[in-house]
Amino acid sequence: MSSEIVKIPAGKGYYTDFQLAIAMVFIAIFMILLQYLGSLPAWLYRVPEEIIPNFAQWLDVIFNFVKDDLGVLVFTRFLTGGLEWLLDFSANVFFGKRRFPNVGPMPWTAVAAVAAVIGYYLGGWKLALLGGGTMVWTALIGQWKIAMQTMSVLTIAAPLAFAIGLSLGVAAWKYPWVDRVIKPILSVLQTLPFFTYLLPAVIFFKVGPTAGAVATTIYAIPPMILMTTLGLKKVSSEVIEAGKMSGCTRGQMLRHVYIPSARTEILVGVNQVIMLCLAMVVLTAFIGMPGLGAKLLAMMGSFKLGRSFEIGVTIVLLAVMLDRMSKAWVIKQPEHFERGTPLWKRHSMLLLGLAVFVGFTLLSLVIPFLAEVGRGQNFSQGKELDNIIKGFLNIEWVKVTTGFLRAFLNVQVLIPFRNFLLSIPTPGFILLVVAFALSIAGRKEAIFALIFFSLVALSGWWDRAIITLYSVISAVILAALIGLPVGIFAARSVKWSERVLLICDTAQTFPSFVYLIPAIMLFGITDIAVIFSILIFAMVPLTRYTIEGLRTVPQEMTEAADMSGATRIQKLWSVQLPLALPTMAVGFNQAIMFAFFMVIIAAFIGTQDLGQELQRTLAGTDLGKNFVLGICVSLMALTFDFTIMKWAADKKKMLGLA
Amino acid sequence: MSIDIPVISCKNVWKIFGPDPKKFLNNMSDDMTFEEIRAAGYISGVRDVSIDVNKGEMLVIMGLSGSGKSTLVRCFSRLHDVTGGTIAVEGQDIVSMSENDLIELRRSKMGMVFQSFGLLPHRTVLQNVAFPLEMRGQDKHTRRERALEVVKLVGLEGREDYFPRELSGGQQQRVGIARSLAIEPDIWFLDEPFSALDPLIRKEMQDEFLRLQQMLNKTIVFITHDFDEALRLADRIAIMKDGAVEQCDTPDQIVLHPATDYVRKFTEDIDKARVVHAGVLTQKGVVGEGDALDAMTTVHDMARMLVNDSREMIPVKNGDSLIGAMPRKDALDILLGSEKNEF
Ligand SMILES: Nc1ncnc2c1ncn2[C@@H]1O[C@H](COP(=O)(O)OP(=O)(O)OP(=O)(O)O)[C@@H](O)[C@H]1O
Ligand SMILES: [Mg+2]
Repeated sequence: MSSEIVKIPAGKGYYTDFQLAIAMVFIAIFMILLQYLGSLPAWLYRVPEEIIPNFAQWLDVIFNFVKDDLGVLVFTRFLTGGLEWLLDFSANVFFGKRRFPNVGPMPWTAVAAVAAVIGYYLGGWKLALLGGGTMVWTALIGQWKIAMQTMSVLTIAAPLAFAIGLSLGVAAWKYPWVDRVIKPILSVLQTLPFFTYLLPAVIFFKVGPTAGAVATTIYAIPPMILMTTLGLKKVSSEVIEAGKMSGCTRGQMLRHVYIPSARTEILVGVNQVIMLCLAMVVLTAFIGMPGLGAKLLAMMGSFKLGRSFEIGVTIVLLAVMLDRMSKAWVIKQPEHFERGTPLWKRHSMLLLGLAVFVGFTLLSLVIPFLAEVGRGQNFSQGKELDNIIKGFLNIEWVKVTTGFLRAFLNVQVLIPFRNFLLSIPTPGFILLVVAFALSIAGRKEAIFALIFFSLVALSGWWDRAIITLYSVISAVILAALIGLPVGIFAARSVKWSERVLLICDTAQTFPSFVYLIPAIMLFGITDIAVIFSILIFAMVPLTRYTIEGLRTVPQEMTEAADMSGATRIQKLWSVQLPLALPTMAVGFNQAIMFAFFMVIIAAFIGTQDLGQELQRTLAGTDLGKNFVLGICVSLMALTFDFTIMKWAADKKKMLGLA
Repeated sequence: MSIDIPVISCKNVWKIFGPDPKKFLNNMSDDMTFEEIRAAGYISGVRDVSIDVNKGEMLVIMGLSGSGKSTLVRCFSRLHDVTGGTIAVEGQDIVSMSENDLIELRRSKMGMVFQSFGLLPHRTVLQNVAFPLEMRGQDKHTRRERALEVVKLVGLEGREDYFPRELSGGQQQRVGIARSLAIEPDIWFLDEPFSALDPLIRKEMQDEFLRLQQMLNKTIVFITHDFDEALRLADRIAIMKDGAVEQCDTPDQIVLHPATDYVRKFTEDIDKARVVHAGVLTQKGVVGEGDALDAMTTVHDMARMLVNDSREMIPVKNGDSLIGAMPRKDALDILLGSEKNEF
């Protein structure tokens, strides 16, 4: 199928890429056989300890130099001051931390009412209900304070990420050299596991909300940069020329012409910033940020599944609310007012928002319940839910099913697979990966694969890296086994496509942490739970891109198949799937990226992979080790990313779809 | 016209699109055709154009789609940096002009109406029209007054607060026209400004521009595909093909003496009688008999008289002074189509 097609003329002395790949596979198999026969020298099986360079220490030296000798720490601690002030400010307003300006907390009813008004302004009654409802749920279930802790960081981190991303985006668009510098950094940043953001934040900024806010901000910047440059590049040339002919200076061009015309893309960027911030702010629980994430972590740790579930619902509701509202903002276009509309009518929504806020604030002075839902007043059903869940898990067939899955998958499939991967000699493994990259993508990708995986081998964390890879691969394969059929089925009708796409879209906005909850509920704290949580997380893009790939097959091609008298199955196999394959590959790639991301989070459950080591580094100040581990994950992820995306692009070009 | 320096004067202007146009132009042999240049991976948007536009003149540029009309006008306003040649506006070289001077020149002298309108999508009609005034730093009140005035002039009263996407194509185009009217520039670039208008408004707009040009002595470069429009408005017409100007002359000369086969073909279907004026057919110094014709009368307008009259030579006057006489046969030939193909 793929690029067995000869790329380089197979003249004398040349081998085609495919022949080379086959040769590599043979060498790898030969090594594996030797290993099984016990005659492979040990230094070929694993890189010997003695020659592994101590990257971690070197990095530590560099970091220490940057930190102490260059005085960066002084600088960052200086920045911390300003940031801390902002965070304290919002902390006071949102949940009443005793800091300047000492006015908070806002009554929950006032916040809920304002959320409803904003929802109504952006998208009518439905969003009003979603906005108000989310807030009411959060308060009544007794999570108001922790939710507001999370929101108070979000309201600082998101605008910060927006402002920095926008400026960098403008710079990258304006100066090609900035673009050239930023591009590779962005692609690494996007595959870097989030733990790698956390530790430097802790070291350079203070533990707690400040470090959390910094990590969150940095994490959310890349998509803002990308969307800004994209939007600015798309501004129509005549609009630009009209600006120039009006005599705009450069500054005026940017402010009055470019940025307003790129409104849509910039707002899409805002949506992504908000969602990434939310996802990350929840995860900063790992470095001691109080809030929804910390609470969830504690509840899951003590196996209080009922409360975990409730917190999960709160997080999901918040995510859906923020996503829907910011997306509604993207499509909301300005509407004109008739001439002579009085001022109060033009700003009616703003006034309404103010009115309900003031109204409820005053009311809550009289009725304390409207200001704060006290202890014992909330409607949390944690215990009852616990019992229900336990009862459910104890139902005979459920027990049998999960027990069977656990036993069968673990003993028959997963463990043997893991052991097999671990038994492959390091050079053999690298050869297999390179052969994979060479045969489906090309020489450039193969060279990258070689370099990247060799670095992983030299990092000294090979076995843990392989276990990470094992979790990713098994989860993605299982996800494909479920996700692809669902996607193919849904793509058969418009109605089902829309429904499933809506579910996927919504699921994609959930902070990844939430996916752990059902996994732990069903499988307890086991390996299977890890795989299961990755599996659901990775299934989303797989299903989604399968549907999109199949639905965008040009109609005349399916019609041609119909006219040739193809059955449904024939049409699927010989027309739709081949044409949808490049798009599906993009989904596959995203699934792998998601899996790498999730596997690190799932380390919380307790695994023996890189994730767990990474989590351990957070406890101390092992910055060097933290980076080595993070970069190992990033390198493996990048290898797949490059290879699969190249294949998809080639394929698209070949099919004339690009 | 007794003006010393032309408002726009361009000499041997080239505009080539492609990866490294300057280098390509330097190494290129002069006689390369459009097709040969294209085969080399470049597009010659403007080829070796030399034209002067005088003060108060209306120059109309015509040519098929893709012939380089918009590109040439963009060179005049330096929206494109030219690849070769020189362009001077009122004697100032604009090719090497600094950015600040250029901004100043555009603010004080130039206006442009764009083929696809180029409206700012986030601004209302009124804000779009006031935009150039705003950039010049005019205060809010004055620019609002002025904008309201021109919005009314183009017949968009009552739509001031609409956004571009809430308007029809023709209405959007009128916003573009209003925006350029608002600043009453000395030099006006109009790229198919009336293409989306219905015939009634189109005529109104043409009259408005003619009025402004005659009253305020504006210089206008006007692109159109519509020959009737060109004839109504033009002092001179330039006909372009593949980036080069094939001929630039008065309408009468273009239909009477096409410079190339291409121009002949291009003007083939025009009713010459509606274009040619008595003044053009006049032989100077010759004395005719009887009542004199006005030099501006077209052959079409004198058709009835030509057929009924029997004079050999008809006297022609410009204003009140006689300038010569026109052979009746020449005019009849144009009206009926002559035996010979050529004059
Ligand atoms: N920015 C550009 N980059 C590359 N080629 C261009 C560019 N702008 C114009 N061209 C090319 O230059 C040629 C002339 O284009 P131009 O827009 O001047 O045509 P036009 O005479 O205005 O046509 P129309 O009547 O359709 O508006 C075309 O072949 C076009 O493809
Ligand atoms: Mg054009």
